[in-house]
Amino acid sequence: MIEFVWNVILILLSAGLMGAFIRLARGPSLPDRVIALDLISVLAMGFIVVYAVRFNQPNFLDVAIILALISFVGTIAFAYYLERRV
Amino acid sequence: MRDFIVMLLMFVGSFLMFLAGVGILRMPDLFLRMSSTAKAGTLGAGLIVLGAAIFFNDFSIYSRAIAIIIFLLLTSPVAAHMIGRAAYFDGVPLWKGTIRDDLHGHYRSATHSLESESIPVEDSIVVESEADDFEEEN
Repeated sequence: MIEFVWNVILILLSAGLMGAFIRLARGPSLPDRVIALDLISVLAMGFIVVYAVRFNQPNFLDVAIILALISFVGTIAFAYYLERRV
Repeated sequence: MRDFIVMLLMFVGSFLMFLAGVGILRMPDLFLRMSSTAKAGTLGAGLIVLGAAIFFNDFSIYSRAIAIIIFLLLTSPVAAHMIGRAAYFDGVPLWKGTIRDDLHGHYRSATHSLESESIPVEDSIVVESEADDFEEEN
């Protein structure tokens, strides 16, 4: 039962990641791709935290902190670039 | 009991993240997509991190998890606001079913500043409403 719920959690996260990747590939405008990248980084953070709990490795939470920091800075940089471009 | 709570939090969080993925794929225009990813993604990630904190049940893990959650809650709206502002200046089209655009005729295109009074259309940024990502299905 527990294994089944873990598999469902990972499958749900993977499906969300698939949707974000499809939007990243076909997004009609550049801001669409930027928000798809932002969602991908948040989903990767969720994957890392789930993995840390699943395999009992609390050190992986530091990776999640770093990923959240870097994705925020990246999104802000993309926003500045988009605003200067026009 | 604690395992059950951890499972529940992680399942709800991952389901919300799945909904964010569906929203970014199915919503018809950039601003609707952004609303789904910013809200559902942030809440889902926060619930997953909270579940991890309850699972490890350790002071250092709790402090790290609370740091992650506060940081997500602070940065995600800021990032969404900046991307939305830049996209509005960029002229990303609105959905064709959009009823109301409150920023219409309020952003000065020369200085990118927001005016409270309505300014002439030729000075302001005007975004047309025609986007529809799934027109082949309607």
